[in-house]
Amino acid sequence: MANSPGAIAVFYLFAAVTIAGAGWVAFSRKIVHSAFALLATFFGVAGLYAFLAADLLAVVQLLVYVGGILVLILFAVMLTSRIGALQVSNPSLRTVPGLIICAVVAAISIVVAVRVFGHDAPAPAEATTAKIGHALLSTYVLPFEVISILLLAVLLGAVTLARGHQRDED
Amino acid sequence: MTIGLAHFLVISGVLLALGLYCLVTRRNAVALLMGVELVLNAAILNLVAFSRFGRGLDGQVFALFGIVLAAAEAVVALAIVLQLFRAFRSVDTREAAELKE
Repeated sequence: MANSPGAIAVFYLFAAVTIAGAGWVAFSRKIVHSAFALLATFFGVAGLYAFLAADLLAVVQLLVYVGGILVLILFAVMLTSRIGALQVSNPSLRTVPGLIICAVVAAISIVVAVRVFGHDAPAPAEATTAKIGHALLSTYVLPFEVISILLLAVLLGAVTLARGHQRDED
Repeated sequence: MTIGLAHFLVISGVLLALGLYCLVTRRNAVALLMGVELVLNAAILNLVAFSRFGRGLDGQVFALFGIVLAAAEAVVALAIVLQLFRAFRSVDTREAAELKE
């Protein structure tokens, strides 16, 4: 099954947005630029999910990552770096060993991906939201409940952690 | 030309490598968290791609759980970073290596 030229163009557009955003996150010297480049990466990945016929996941990616995690990260950047000293991303490892690690990991995953999974054809696309809903409330009902308890625990834990030492002053 | 599984795995591999680069070179705790998010996105993209090119929706359900866990991880990590900043007036992980104020 061959993709239409339009679909291929859209795929490469999303891929380019994703990779360029991730590269900017990794190599930018300013933490605020990294945070905003992360936005491009999350959008690109959401587009790739849509391309993979995972409609629910594309929307969840936008809601949770862009609407939640990215806003949190931006808040953290604003709260923890003084505005005058935005350039706080000093390297811990030198750039060259980091680049070597980066290149080795990328080369291994690309070679494995092309060699092992080069010739797979996709299953026919269909709407997934209703099926995921049924799966969550039948097969995966236990993880679903466990993760709701985890979310409650995270809520309480984050509030307790971020509140600080107010109890000492009572 | 067909967009196959390998295309998505290559993107995911590059995302993983860039996230790893972010993790090994940065000292800012918030930047480290961004690297973790890149790595997690690479893993979840793999799950969705395998779910599409394999059979069944289990990969997508697992990816959904992964996204929820990533959100939970980010919230707790950022709360810790906030406390780190209050204690040391910086988010440099090197200064936080000593576990006392």
